[in-house]
Amino acid sequence: MHNKTVAELARELDSGTVSSLELTQQLLDRIKKEDSKYNSFITVTEEQALADARAADEQRAAGNATPWTGIPFAHKDIFCTNGIRTTCGSRMLENFIPPYDATVTENFRKAGAVCLGKTNMDEFAMGSSNESSYFGAVTNPWGLDNGEKRVPGGSSGGSAAAVAARLVPAATATDTGGSIRQPAALCGITGLKPTYGRVSRYGMIAFASSLDQGGTMARTAEDNAMMLNVMAGFDPKDSTSIERDVPDYTATLNEPLKGLRIGLPKEYFSDQLSPAMEEQVRAAVREYEKLGATVKEVSLPNAKLAIAAYYVIAPAEASANLSRFDGVRYGYRCEDPKDLMDLYTRTRAEGFGNEVKRRILVGTYALSHGYYDAYYLKAQKVRRLIQQDFANAFKEVDVLMSPVSPSPAFIQGEKTNDPVTMYLEDIFTIAINLAGLPAMSVPAGFVDGLPVGLQIIGDHFAEARLLNAAHQFQQVTDWHQREPK
Amino acid sequence: MQWDIVIGLEIHVQLATQTKIFSGTSTAYGAEPNTQASAVDLAMPGTLPVPNENAFRYALMFGLAVNAEIGRRSVFERKNYFYPDLPKGYQTTQLDKPIVGPGYVDVDLANGETKRVRIHHAHLEEDAGKSLHEDYHGMTGIDLNRAGTPLIEVVTEPDMNSAEEAVAFARKLHSIVTSLGICDGDMSQGSMRFDVNISLKPKGSDTLGTRTETKNLNSFRFMEQAIAHEVERQMDILEDGGKIEQETRLYNGDRDESRSMRTKEEANDYRYFPCPDLLPIEIDDSFIEDARARLPELPDARKARFKGQYGLNDYDASLLSSDAKLASFFEEAAAHGKDAKLTANWIQGEFSARLKAEEKTVTESPISGAQLGDLVVRIADNTLSSAGAKKVFEALWTGNGDNVDAIIDAKGLKQVSDTGALEAMVDEVLAGMPDQVAQFQNEEDPKKRKKMLGGFMGPLMKASKGQGNPKLFNEILLKKLGG
Repeated sequence: MHNKTVAELARELDSGTVSSLELTQQLLDRIKKEDSKYNSFITVTEEQALADARAADEQRAAGNATPWTGIPFAHKDIFCTNGIRTTCGSRMLENFIPPYDATVTENFRKAGAVCLGKTNMDEFAMGSSNESSYFGAVTNPWGLDNGEKRVPGGSSGGSAAAVAARLVPAATATDTGGSIRQPAALCGITGLKPTYGRVSRYGMIAFASSLDQGGTMARTAEDNAMMLNVMAGFDPKDSTSIERDVPDYTATLNEPLKGLRIGLPKEYFSDQLSPAMEEQVRAAVREYEKLGATVKEVSLPNAKLAIAAYYVIAPAEASANLSRFDGVRYGYRCEDPKDLMDLYTRTRAEGFGNEVKRRILVGTYALSHGYYDAYYLKAQKVRRLIQQDFANAFKEVDVLMSPVSPSPAFIQGEKTNDPVTMYLEDIFTIAINLAGLPAMSVPAGFVDGLPVGLQIIGDHFAEARLLNAAHQFQQVTDWHQREPK
Repeated sequence: MQWDIVIGLEIHVQLATQTKIFSGTSTAYGAEPNTQASAVDLAMPGTLPVPNENAFRYALMFGLAVNAEIGRRSVFERKNYFYPDLPKGYQTTQLDKPIVGPGYVDVDLANGETKRVRIHHAHLEEDAGKSLHEDYHGMTGIDLNRAGTPLIEVVTEPDMNSAEEAVAFARKLHSIVTSLGICDGDMSQGSMRFDVNISLKPKGSDTLGTRTETKNLNSFRFMEQAIAHEVERQMDILEDGGKIEQETRLYNGDRDESRSMRTKEEANDYRYFPCPDLLPIEIDDSFIEDARARLPELPDARKARFKGQYGLNDYDASLLSSDAKLASFFEEAAAHGKDAKLTANWIQGEFSARLKAEEKTVTESPISGAQLGDLVVRIADNTLSSAGAKKVFEALWTGNGDNVDAIIDAKGLKQVSDTGALEAMVDEVLAGMPDQVAQFQNEEDPKKRKKMLGGFMGPLMKASKGQGNPKLFNEILLKKLGG
């Protein structure tokens, strides 16, 4: 049962071959038995899940089921869950129990889905390897058979590992610079970062507000579409969410791809990409040609500036977003502060990990008097140029395709002492956040037994087209069905 | 040396919206601490601000009322600093793109001149919470009920040259925002708070001196005192050959002293940047026209109307038009009282004195405008003497009756104005005072005669049990005595 997709489980529940309670119990048992290998969960909410499963079974019996009624899944521990601890991977929120739901959480609750727990993540979503979590690193299910402990990518590494390890069929995730796509690629699953503003950010703990976007992780494109159906939509509580109709993302999955115009950004097939990785990505593109798509090279001339711009804008926003963690109202507070300054400095020194502190420092510096123009304003100008590059590309093609990460999952600890090398993990994903575009990571082969992802980038609000392209690819390939040993 | 005083003001005006600027929490004053603080106001993780349309509408109405350019694109910035009553660690405010651009206010001065004070801009922002330093046994309590209350901060050009001008401007601004209904104007509750920038320069010089800022003055009286105090302090320093340090000062009104809060060097680097949670807000024509349509009559227009409609002089018109509530009280009273001038006198005399003595606002008055008007009618038609009128006023104020005529009847305050009856009383009294009558008739000095006339008044009032019309008694006396 644990190998089934959300769509398959929905059919099983519908036909009555399994109840939500049975399914939930099975997966909870599996988490108990297996997750010590991965550390993909920070909190497992067994009691609540079983109660929700019973309620879902009753709802189904009463004939009020949605496609999600009774489906087990997990939330990244960045989404606030009413009454359930929400840590954001940080000591700062180790004991924080929000008295409210994130809009995404509420949407899944209303749909009748059964949340099994909260998945591990880089602290405050800052990281590309899930090694910055206060609750310990997450281990990628791939490579364990060789005795290697590899990173699952980050920051949504817990969600990606849990889905890849078949602990849950689906999990929510967030993406600020690649935090859905890169872990999805490294764990061999399918992930979607929607257009900025498509999914409400309310109750999703902020890292960099203008870049953060909640999204989906599952094994198939179809399941991603089912998730997005629940998550997408305008939210009056988030004034950056966009008032625009939400299509049924599953309705267009089977559209033929004949005539689809694919662009390959030449800057994304650079020497930073290993030849073996490049070959997998190009092979995937050839599959699309077989499906009737046309392919041409395009250029994103300012893409090379994306990392630099991102590492000014994201830390700048983070430096203000994380000011609220001051030990005054909730969260971690240092022991016996001797005065206000001591309360602030020790609370934050003890409550935040190194990567978070590093980014707060960088962001504070970039916004400081005398540096603002040179860093923050310049980065915003670069951001506009990057947006323009994409806009130009989408005049010629329907989607862009590229690698997701420069290399497959690396060994834990390999990059932890070299932040800049770590930042380069997101070299192919970051520009998409700066432009606010939707993009997916789709399993597209293996290098040295490790999964490789294909990135599909669309124009604003082109999620349905991306899901359609990914689904059609998954009808002719089986990379997404491979299971780590 | 002679000095020119240069004053600019920054005024925080709390907007009277029902809910906060970025959350749906009530802004009502006086609730138990932290009972009006939602997850958004507490800056709980993941919560987001949603702008309050009414705060924009009110700010726009202010802009239109001070003849200002309207900022069509309104951008919010984060002003970063740590303080326990600032939940997010930044204040959401406006910097380069405020909603209200340059404008002006004309202020009537006591010397009859009109002074134009230019508004540099006014921006929307959120208020912070309060730190409570008392009652917590050496600790500080935090009350976040006020956190997120919408404010406009009005910034003037340095156009005022005396404490008197600054206070006159402040009063005018108070009058404008209360007339607009966008602020309750209750300064004791912090609804309007003034920061005063003051500098001195040698008389006639074109170069501005170094300024200081005195923060958080919450009454006109403290403002006046604080300016006088700071002008004197700066003058002493300058005349001793010293230099003014650019700094922020705090004024203690109870002790009439000030101290430095922070110098320019100690000033925070606020690291302003556009708030990514709030997109720029475009103000369109229809929203502006909607705000314009909501503008009530403003003090200047009201004053002009009071002069024309009621024939009030400049002084009375100015006083009665400045406060919207007082103005409407006057209009209600005048509608009933017919005699506008007499109504104005009563409002500025007995009525205002009584409000002040009992620290009440116009809206808390136990007497309605209609009642005061009825009282004025009975004064004007000689039913009441001024002493009798005061008795009726007292009865109305203390709740011993609510109908003027009923009170007059019950207390027997109706003046006797029947000439025949009064003449009979005069005859009787004069008959009993032959010596005084003779003395009066022999007296040449008009002053002494007038005084002697008063001597008959006592017995007359006694004879009439206090109800004789003194004016008529006077006329009859003069006729009888051949005065």
